[in-house]
Amino acid sequence: MNWLKQLFSRRRLYDDLSDEIRSHLDEKIEELIDTGLSRKEATTAARREFGNLTLTEEDSRQVWRWMFIENLFADARYGLRMLGRNPVFTIVGLLTIAIGIGANAAVFSVVNSVLLKPLNYPQAEELVSLHQTAPGAAGLADFENGLLLSPSMYFTYSEHSRTFQSLGVWTTDTASVTGLAEPEQVRVAGVSDGVLQALNVAPAAGRWLSQMDQVPRGPERVMLSYGYWQRQFGGDRTVVGRNIMIDSRPREIVGVMPQGFRFVDADFDVIVPFKFDRGKLILAGFGYHGIARLKPGVTIAEANADITRMLPMWMDSFSNGPGSNPHIYEKWKITPLIRPLKQEVIGNVSEVLWVVMGTIGLVMLIACANVTNLLLVRVESRQQELAVRAALGAGWGRMVRGLLVESVMLALLGGVLGVGLAYGGVNFLLSVGPANLPRLSEISLDARTLGFALALSVFSGLFFGLIPALKYAGPRTSLALRSAGRTSSASREQHHARNLLVVGQVAMALVLLVSAGLMIRTFQALRTVDPGYTDAPHLQVMRISIPDLLIPQADRVARTQNEILDKLSAIPGVHSAGFVSEMPMEGMDSGWDCIFAQDKTYPDDMIPPLRLYKYISPGFLHTAGTRLIAGREFTWNEVYGLQPVVMISENLAKEMWGTPAAAIGKQLHEFSAMPWHEVIGVIQDVRERGVQETSPAIIYWPPMMQYLFGGKAPETIRTVTFVIRSDRAGSETFLNEVRQAVWSVNANLPLASVRTMQGVYDKSVARTSFTLVMLGIAGAMALALGLIGIYGVISYTVSQRKREIGIRLALGAQGGDVVSMVLRQGAKLAILGVCIGVAAAFVLARLMTSLLFGVTAHDPLTFAAVVALLILVALLACYIPARRAMRVDPIVALRYE
Amino acid sequence: MKKSQQRDLFPGALEMMILRTLKRQPLHGYALVQHIKRTSNDLLQIEEGSLYPALQRLLKEDLVKAEWAVSSTNRRVRIYTLTPVGAKHLQREVSRFETMLEGITRVLARGES
Repeated sequence: MNWLKQLFSRRRLYDDLSDEIRSHLDEKIEELIDTGLSRKEATTAARREFGNLTLTEEDSRQVWRWMFIENLFADARYGLRMLGRNPVFTIVGLLTIAIGIGANAAVFSVVNSVLLKPLNYPQAEELVSLHQTAPGAAGLADFENGLLLSPSMYFTYSEHSRTFQSLGVWTTDTASVTGLAEPEQVRVAGVSDGVLQALNVAPAAGRWLSQMDQVPRGPERVMLSYGYWQRQFGGDRTVVGRNIMIDSRPREIVGVMPQGFRFVDADFDVIVPFKFDRGKLILAGFGYHGIARLKPGVTIAEANADITRMLPMWMDSFSNGPGSNPHIYEKWKITPLIRPLKQEVIGNVSEVLWVVMGTIGLVMLIACANVTNLLLVRVESRQQELAVRAALGAGWGRMVRGLLVESVMLALLGGVLGVGLAYGGVNFLLSVGPANLPRLSEISLDARTLGFALALSVFSGLFFGLIPALKYAGPRTSLALRSAGRTSSASREQHHARNLLVVGQVAMALVLLVSAGLMIRTFQALRTVDPGYTDAPHLQVMRISIPDLLIPQADRVARTQNEILDKLSAIPGVHSAGFVSEMPMEGMDSGWDCIFAQDKTYPDDMIPPLRLYKYISPGFLHTAGTRLIAGREFTWNEVYGLQPVVMISENLAKEMWGTPAAAIGKQLHEFSAMPWHEVIGVIQDVRERGVQETSPAIIYWPPMMQYLFGGKAPETIRTVTFVIRSDRAGSETFLNEVRQAVWSVNANLPLASVRTMQGVYDKSVARTSFTLVMLGIAGAMALALGLIGIYGVISYTVSQRKREIGIRLALGAQGGDVVSMVLRQGAKLAILGVCIGVAAAFVLARLMTSLLFGVTAHDPLTFAAVVALLILVALLACYIPARRAMRVDPIVALRYE
Repeated sequence: MKKSQQRDLFPGALEMMILRTLKRQPLHGYALVQHIKRTSNDLLQIEEGSLYPALQRLLKEDLVKAEWAVSSTNRRVRIYTLTPVGAKHLQREVSRFETMLEGITRVLARGES
């Protein structure tokens, strides 16, 4: 702690030094007097020989100092004093920086949490999702997830792989839990052995599900999520070993996963093991997500090669039943496309977040430009002070540093305020952010975000401090001393920097406004798309599932569903009700398969394109507002009578028979053992996967039919979405009546995903609306900052040119002339900025192509509107100072001459 | 503006001479200057003031220590004494200086022939 002692004993050190030097001089003087000089002569001589007394003392003292730090502190103290002396400047500057840094830190914390941080699993970088594509499979291009895995693929891969530590398949589903309190629909994660092992998160209680739990006809087991465990069992550890009724089947609880554990990005309540019967598996059944952990050091390319090696083994070991050709899948050209699990989790949100981060960064640049302008004006008014300091011997570097320290201090103070704003900003982001934003629960202001805010503060401080510092701490100071009086007018060069900043601001604001404008146009385009249902706010939807242990017989299930519809229709205010296997945009697929038409021929070695299968009740189309293009709907008599009837979508009808009308009366079936079904109706195309996605070709089957799952016995779709058309949709009293109506039919049926279609729709366009809101905010901020920037510069030049304007007025210029002169100056800057901005926006807008819908990145309307808006705003910003210029009194302006 | 002795001496020369002088006997500042001037036959023109920053550097690095005392001329002076660390440092510096000098001498001699 030597330096600490030094710090405190420094005063004594300095006193000793002064005493010593004085004593040195005295001794010298006395010696010189002894040689015969007068005291005065001796003193002069001694001083001369000693050298510069003050400098010597100063140099000696400096030995004890940490020069750099101490000067920095001195500069900081001085800077604080200067900031305090000019509160208006300081407050305006601080607020600008605080808002800029706050917005940036908030968005960064989202980017960091969602995109940058590793997933919440041990060694998450080894986790991959087993993604595959099948470019040869017609219709499959519609699959968002490419080709999922079939159970037979899972067995092949996990038994023969060389590159994976563990590998498994999983899906999400729902099930009803009964026997605890009210019947409840829970979210189920179905897993094979290998999934939990790959994720490698230890259970909070009990054990993992494993191979011994997936034995066909073996004991039924289940694991709970932490949340469900807390909610239903209050975190009771003795729950392990107890039974719980899931879909009317008792299952033994073997373990509980810890808090925060999620399935890739799915929240779940219970985990249920698959029980594939290996001996009965066929090649098909591509409905499972594959997940795996790579062996250490294995690359994705090696893993892809490993899967490619195993695909022929898969086709050799399984078949699609007797007489089928297992190598038919070679035509599909199945290709592994393994991706890091993180990429799977993040999905397509990364483009949105980077675009938002980029725009907010631009806002920061615009804010910095404004602060630079403020600093320039202020430094200009301090020119005399700087000149005096230079004249007193302050070095150039020292003065630049002083000014920089001042601006960095301003930025740091702004940064502190900004972090405070960021706390609010993150909450705001979470509230406007898409509810399906991945890793939402992980978003927080962490150390990395604070570091980002700090770095941003320092950099922006240097950024906006450097230009004024270099400009005015330069060596021209003697000139400044002479000319800083009131009679001088600003030199052209001084305006140059400020004009440049304004041009830059206008250009950046234009880029932001164009991107916001493109999003508005996208949203407009989305609004005009017919999603396949009408008047969404008055469509109440909910999922009801009837487990086979509760009601085994198919016709009883159909009658129960029919009965529920009758009860629902009887509720006051309900116009009609129907059900469907899933509503558009609900994010579920009931299944994909191919279809064969009687009047077409199909080559043996070809699999026809896959079509989406849906199941609808009589009355559904009318209830949802989905238009019937040709033919008619199903009737309940046809459903109960197992009549071979079917409906198809408009695009499928056109594809197969040219017109919707031509499709009526044609015969279809799924496989040869199934009787031909007659097409009785053609339904409008619906935006099944979201407004921005093309409509898939759809086959609509009745909800109960023979051969539904390949067998001859009648089967029904047991999990369906009920749709109710009512003006009371969404109200709590209405929902209570709906629940009572359902439970009056069967009290063991839970209602899940209860919402209005508007909610489903909003969620489906959440990504777009989030981008719209964020870019709108960024655009508005840019516009406001740009307005302030132009206003500031023009009004400053007007105040500088007061004398000149006064002379012009005195010489006979009209008020209008002065106004137009000032406006011209502003317009020149604005137009230059607009030109640069249009060029930049032309290039940058292409980056957001993937976020746009129904509008090109170079939409002329958007560009024209934004250009007009900016020029208008710029002129408005100039008009106020221009008016002031017009009112300059020549007498007052010239009085000082 | 910079210390003038740097024109005449290489950096560290003054410190080395101070240490060497103090090795013989502890001295106060004024006596130190006189001694160095005298010993070098006034060949080295050092500004007396430049002694003090050098002394402060040596003090800071614990190569010398200083104590107030009363001199033979009955004056309150600050006497500097070489510390063991200082002695070791001196030895190292002197041998480094000699090596350097030898090198320089050789190069100069080569240049003349």
